[in-house]
Amino acid sequence: MKYLHEAVIIAAVTFLAEILKFFLPLPIPASIYGLVLLFILLKSGVLKLEQVEHVGGLLLECMPLLLVPASVSFLTVLDTLQTMLLPVLIMGFVGTSVVMLVTGRVSQALIRRRKGHE
Amino acid sequence: MSEIFAACSCFGLFLAAGSYQLARAINKRSGKEICNPLLFATLACGGLLLATGTDYQVFYDNGGNILEFFLTPATICLAIPLYKQFELLRKNAGAVLAGCAAGVAAHMLGCVLMLALFRMEGAAYISLLPKSITTAIGKGLSEELGGFPAITMATIMLTGLFGAVAAPSLLKWFGVTEKLSQGLAIGTSSHAAGTSRAVEMGEVQGAASSLAIVVTGLLTVLAAPIFAQLT
Repeated sequence: MKYLHEAVIIAAVTFLAEILKFFLPLPIPASIYGLVLLFILLKSGVLKLEQVEHVGGLLLECMPLLLVPASVSFLTVLDTLQTMLLPVLIMGFVGTSVVMLVTGRVSQALIRRRKGHE
Repeated sequence: MSEIFAACSCFGLFLAAGSYQLARAINKRSGKEICNPLLFATLACGGLLLATGTDYQVFYDNGGNILEFFLTPATICLAIPLYKQFELLRKNAGAVLAGCAAGVAAHMLGCVLMLALFRMEGAAYISLLPKSITTAIGKGLSEELGGFPAITMATIMLTGLFGAVAAPSLLKWFGVTEKLSQGLAIGTSSHAAGTSRAVEMGEVQGAASSLAIVVTGLLTVLAAPIFAQLT
């Protein structure tokens, strides 16, 4: 029953996030509203970690599987994709690697400098 | 073949989850991470649909949508590692912000380079701008700025898939060893799909990556309209 209880809480936060998105329709998905909302609820102590931890952990563990349908949806735009395949592939592989390199090295340099000061 | 699939309400769910688990079983058997489950499942599902002439919609309507349904609550639960690691992130707020901003800048410059190099048409170029952020923000942003949302979706998925598969080896190669930086790099470059891998790498990486999704998403929403003017 613990799991059902947690599932209901997570469903409630999701529902609240969707209501928020309805009244505040920025180009931001309901999931991000929900992420911030759940964080605030945890931080303010309205919700305790134990009330969402197990089902939440389960969902996080399954996340790559949940992305499979969205990932397969590339099949639906194959035609348009062919007209701009090269830039898409370059940005997808090289661009993504470059961003990873830049963010990783910049933040690492700053973290190490701060550590050095301590 | 596709009529049989269309009649089975569990077809998409089984195909996706079955191929995903198969990849995990192969990894377990071999004792090595030779077969990324997300990549394997994507290729297996895509291949089977193409080979049997089955429409994507059949896959989606018969169980694929159930998996996608849980994506919103799962993304919301990224708040949990974020909450657990908040102290560490707050102490390094400067590094978080600077790292994400540098990543977004690098990405935007990359798009401009593509525009110049391939003389891309405006809408195609705009479709690339939201590539590194979570699908739902990216799709909305692409629509708003006048891009092709479907192309943006496909590019975002390719980015996420690549990030989720290659992040650990790339980070090692780039010499990024700080756990916090690893997470930030993954979240900034490859949104929630990459983050699903960061969560597997460790709690600090998962938390940093989740935070990076939010920060990068907001920075991109601010920067993309400016770069969209270049066409």
